[in-house]
Amino acid sequence: MARTRKSKPSLVKNIKKIINLDNPDSYISEPDPSKHELALKAENVSVFYDENEAIKSVNLAFERFKITTLIGASGSGKSTFIRSLNRMNDGIARVSGKIMYRGLDLNSPDVDVYEVRRHIGMVFQMPNPFAKSIYNNITFALTQRGKYSKEQLDEIVESSLKQAALWDQVKDDLNKSALELSGGQAQRLVIARALALKPDILLMDEPTSALDPKSIMQIEETMMELKKKYTIIIVTHNLQQAARIGDYTAFFHLGKVIEYDLTRKIFTRPKVKLTDDYVSGNFG
Amino acid sequence: MNTKVTNKIAIGIIYFISALVILILAALLISILGQGLPHVSWHFLISHSSSFESGGGISDQLFNSFYLLIVSMIISLPIALGSAIYLNEFADPKSEFIAVFRSAIEVLSSLPSVVVGLFGFLLFVLKFHMGFSVLSGAIALTFFNLPLLTRSIENSLAAIPNLQREAGLALGLSKWETTEKVIFPAAVPSIVTGVVLAAGRVFGEAAALLFTSGQSAPQLNWYNWNPLNSNSPLNLMRPAETLAVHIWKVNSEGTMPDAVEVSAGSSAVLIVMVFIFNLSARFFGNMLYKKMTSGTGK
Repeated sequence: MARTRKSKPSLVKNIKKIINLDNPDSYISEPDPSKHELALKAENVSVFYDENEAIKSVNLAFERFKITTLIGASGSGKSTFIRSLNRMNDGIARVSGKIMYRGLDLNSPDVDVYEVRRHIGMVFQMPNPFAKSIYNNITFALTQRGKYSKEQLDEIVESSLKQAALWDQVKDDLNKSALELSGGQAQRLVIARALALKPDILLMDEPTSALDPKSIMQIEETMMELKKKYTIIIVTHNLQQAARIGDYTAFFHLGKVIEYDLTRKIFTRPKVKLTDDYVSGNFG
Repeated sequence: MNTKVTNKIAIGIIYFISALVILILAALLISILGQGLPHVSWHFLISHSSSFESGGGISDQLFNSFYLLIVSMIISLPIALGSAIYLNEFADPKSEFIAVFRSAIEVLSSLPSVVVGLFGFLLFVLKFHMGFSVLSGAIALTFFNLPLLTRSIENSLAAIPNLQREAGLALGLSKWETTEKVIFPAAVPSIVTGVVLAAGRVFGEAAALLFTSGQSAPQLNWYNWNPLNSNSPLNLMRPAETLAVHIWKVNSEGTMPDAVEVSAGSSAVLIVMVFIFNLSARFFGNMLYKKMTSGTGK
């Protein structure tokens, strides 16, 4: 494949020091479980829409308290894959393989999916607050399952909103409809809503692609703060974002993981030519 | 012809058509209200109708219209709600059963109301020996109303973005919890609007009631609220001529000297009632929306 240099300079290209590809078909460098604590591990995960295999036997291990970014062109299967991790593909697609979490295979049929999703929260591309007040958006899922006193709920609302860096803006308007928030605020409310359930892992499917640049920066700052307490797995189309916030990066192509490594290695010294083409902006 | 000119012509035609529609509606309203309102008085609204003398009122017919409306809504609303929730939230859109179900609703909704009325007459009035009664009428109205109500509720639910369903599921709620606590409340304002508009339609319906709730209005005793008593307003098995049926009856075989005035007055009252239904639909819709989207109350 002839390399065509684009005139548009990218952050990615600027930090790339050397192109010396070993050029294998794929290269997976997972965090070593003996040195790092794993939060989640996908083993041979395949996803089928009817007979169409959208994800082909993917193996990925996610380190705890890190941000793992999933990159790849549209249709590469990143979203399909991330939705499988908390069983959001149930009823939509067939998922085979194992998703290991605390020694338990989450993909097994006798696992309580509702409980899974309380441990593994999810934030979507479009902010989707409920048509309820800001306060009720956060407490709603909690009160559906357990009994909480007013004081406990107040405290959870405050701490969740603080973690999502929204508290100062809305603390006087908690009874206001969440639908009146701006896009960036709404997305942070959605993050706060997920945090209120005290999850271990936060899955984010292009959480900033519908937001303006300032909101994107704020959400990224929030995520850097959140990774001290949560493991974050994020799908993004924005390569700069993946490079800015990621600790690990997986590059998806046509339903397979082509390369998985530390983010800085993916963006500076990818081992596979396809990855290099993608992060250099030559396709996608 | 350049783009600018065609654009202007198109807009001109659209304005003309809209103006024509408004003009026709305004002419109808002004004529009905202009002829009818002078005959509407407090006495007209609260006295019994009379068959042979002038000066009769429409109190029983007015009450019957409301009573039938309420009874038919009590029957049809739960059914419509259930089937709409099933169709929109739980049914597999690809299944053939659902396709048949949907076309059944389509057919039922385009059934002429006089056919619904005759069906009700044969089945409930004659076969089930229910006679000309509030209940026969309410069931006929349910047949008439059910498809439209189901469609309207289904549309209200379909208007709630899928993102809301995903949000509920992603928080570990079951599909039913999401439907009950997220989707349904979000749809309530537009469901209420749909229900009240349907109520306005039912209120003005005559053909389906001619042979089911009947064309006679026994004088109601406003001090007798025992539903088992034959002249009690609450009795379900008594004949109950509604306002719309009254207008038809007075026009076709009215024997009172002031038949024209009674018919004009009744029409004006009917129009005003339907108008109030429409206004309140909007009012309640907006009010509920505000109420449900704010506050800490559970």
